[in-house]
Amino acid sequence: MPVFAVLAAFAVGAVILLLQGVNPLEAYQSMIIGAFGSKNGLSDTLVKATPLLLVGLGIAIAFRGGVINIGAEGQIIMGSLFTTWVGLQLGNQVSGVIVIIIGLLAGAFMGGIWGAIPGYLKAQLGVNEILSTIMLNQIAIQIGYYLLRGPMMDPAEIAAGTNIPHSARLIKDIDMPRFTDIAQSLGITQSAKDLNLQGFLGEVYGVLTEPTRLHSGFIFAIIMAIVVYIFLWRTTIGYRIRAVGLNRHASRYAGMNVKRTMVLSMTLSGAFAGLAGAVEILGLHHRMFEPTAVSAGYGFSGIVAALFGKLHPLGIIPSSILFGGLLVGGDKMQRAMQVPQVLITAILGLVVLFVVSTDYIVRRRQNRRVDTNMRGEQPVEETAVAATAPEVTP
Amino acid sequence: MSENLTLLAIVLGILHSGIRLATPYLYAAIGETFAQRSGVLNLGVEGIMLMGAFFGFYATFQTGNPWIGLVAAALTGSLMGLLMAVVSITFQAEQGISGIGLYMFGLGISSLLFKTMLGTVEGVQGFRELHFCLTSSFCLADIPILGDVFFSHSLLTYGAYALVPIATYVLNKTTWGLKVRSVGQNPEAADSLGVSVTGVRYASVILGASLAGIAGASLSISLLNIFQENMTNGIGFIAVALVYFGSWTPLGVMLGALLFSSINALQLWVQVLNLPIPSDVAVMLPYLLTIIALAIPFRRSLQPAALTKPFSRGEN
Repeated sequence: MPVFAVLAAFAVGAVILLLQGVNPLEAYQSMIIGAFGSKNGLSDTLVKATPLLLVGLGIAIAFRGGVINIGAEGQIIMGSLFTTWVGLQLGNQVSGVIVIIIGLLAGAFMGGIWGAIPGYLKAQLGVNEILSTIMLNQIAIQIGYYLLRGPMMDPAEIAAGTNIPHSARLIKDIDMPRFTDIAQSLGITQSAKDLNLQGFLGEVYGVLTEPTRLHSGFIFAIIMAIVVYIFLWRTTIGYRIRAVGLNRHASRYAGMNVKRTMVLSMTLSGAFAGLAGAVEILGLHHRMFEPTAVSAGYGFSGIVAALFGKLHPLGIIPSSILFGGLLVGGDKMQRAMQVPQVLITAILGLVVLFVVSTDYIVRRRQNRRVDTNMRGEQPVEETAVAATAPEVTP
Repeated sequence: MSENLTLLAIVLGILHSGIRLATPYLYAAIGETFAQRSGVLNLGVEGIMLMGAFFGFYATFQTGNPWIGLVAAALTGSLMGLLMAVVSITFQAEQGISGIGLYMFGLGISSLLFKTMLGTVEGVQGFRELHFCLTSSFCLADIPILGDVFFSHSLLTYGAYALVPIATYVLNKTTWGLKVRSVGQNPEAADSLGVSVTGVRYASVILGASLAGIAGASLSISLLNIFQENMTNGIGFIAVALVYFGSWTPLGVMLGALLFSSINALQLWVQVLNLPIPSDVAVMLPYLLTIIALAIPFRRSLQPAALTKPFSRGEN
């Protein structure tokens, strides 16, 4: 069903393009080629897919647990701030790998706290988590500006008197290795030409070996997707989260601590968004700057990636690559066709609207299937319900 | 003595901008009150406001008449509301998520149209500030001290405050208001009495959204008289929270809006006066305050019982 939602969103996008006097086929073609057709496009797509995947995993955990996390933006910001701070503090003191690991944990920790707050407020005080996470987004942005204009500001900026709100660059030792670094350390020196790889295969080979912005955070995110899959479907805690999400009341009767599970879902959800922030800092930006430019809307587009991946950790992998490509392709389309990139934001919004709408159609169809089943042999549980429920229809 | 005068000037300044800046919050949050009272959480207010702000601005820019801009904004808002209603009421989508979709759609389209149809930031002559001149030489705005605070706003600002008693009356004293409240409180009972739950909810969401459109226009053709991408900058989300904050009553919403806008105004003065409070911290205050207010327990009992719960007849 989500595939239809995306197709429908693109169809509406095509109408908008037509109204702008742009040939939608050409525009979409330039978008696809821009995102997937070249070494640089492909690597940028995967660079953007990385935070989308990590945020999407967090969103999936929250939604599966029956809580709605709109606060990934703030969680990304808090995570990236703390990671930067840890990186600046530990920089030269311990070996690079250890700092990277601590930095990632720091991001997850701070994002987790920023998710735990609304989780706790919801569980203990009944505060609507949608609203509290939106408020916490704004608070995180302001904390970011405060720190970057104050204690965390780059000493060079202070010295130059320009006062641009960003931190100093983290030392190179704690850059997450790029794909090209990994290829070199594995001793891969041949270029695509040497191996006579042509066309798309050559570009893919280029992505893996040549200097691009693509970093190991992408591999890390994929591993995390597998971890989350195992966690949700193969562990007791994961089962509890899903059970609470499916039916809070039944879970309570089954003896589960529903409140604690909701706090846990939100905390883990925030931790993954914080991790996305950490990976963006250590893998891509290497310094903290304008909070909203670091979070870059991933907190919202991550929701789209999660929904399109059917809230399944492994489904979110291709989904995040698709939407990463959409973001990159939109940029390329803007340059080639003079169509503003913001069209992508509108299309993402439509995808959300269509996905949540088609949900209903799927549900309806399933209900109808249950109805027809019941006419034949009734499942035991259904009989129990039917016996207590008063008959309305003849 | 002069210190006291400066302090007075600052307090009056904060009051003046507080009253003024509450305008978009009031339209959006009172509109949202109708939607939420009927049981629909429309989280897409921010996107609707942006669309209203753009079309209100564009129509004013083209015709030179802010009234046409106002109508355009309201119409755009109601179309966005229709979209939200179809998704949330007919298709019973999870409202927290569909609202985010609507927000992204509105943000994207308004920015796109701004870039392709206008391109650069330009100003318009929107609704002018009124000065309530009774005679050619005497205006209410000239009354010492408080004249400027209360009598120098645009028509849209006064309209926003007029909306408070109107909305209170409609919700509490009219048949339609009763229907709105009943479908938000107990849709099954309302349905059994012959009230069209779907119809009332559609009407409430669309009405709320047209007010959100006007809220956007109040920025682009009254308070600022320009359009910029993402110019609402979170006001729409705050408006949704203000409805909770104000316990689902227009009067409560107004108090919340005034509190919010006054703190915003205060924060501007913190920057102007170079007070030793970091302005970033001051900006943060209203959001913190909102979270705290949401945590006050008695409010929840006032929440419409069927808020965010889709209604479908005969199932369950």
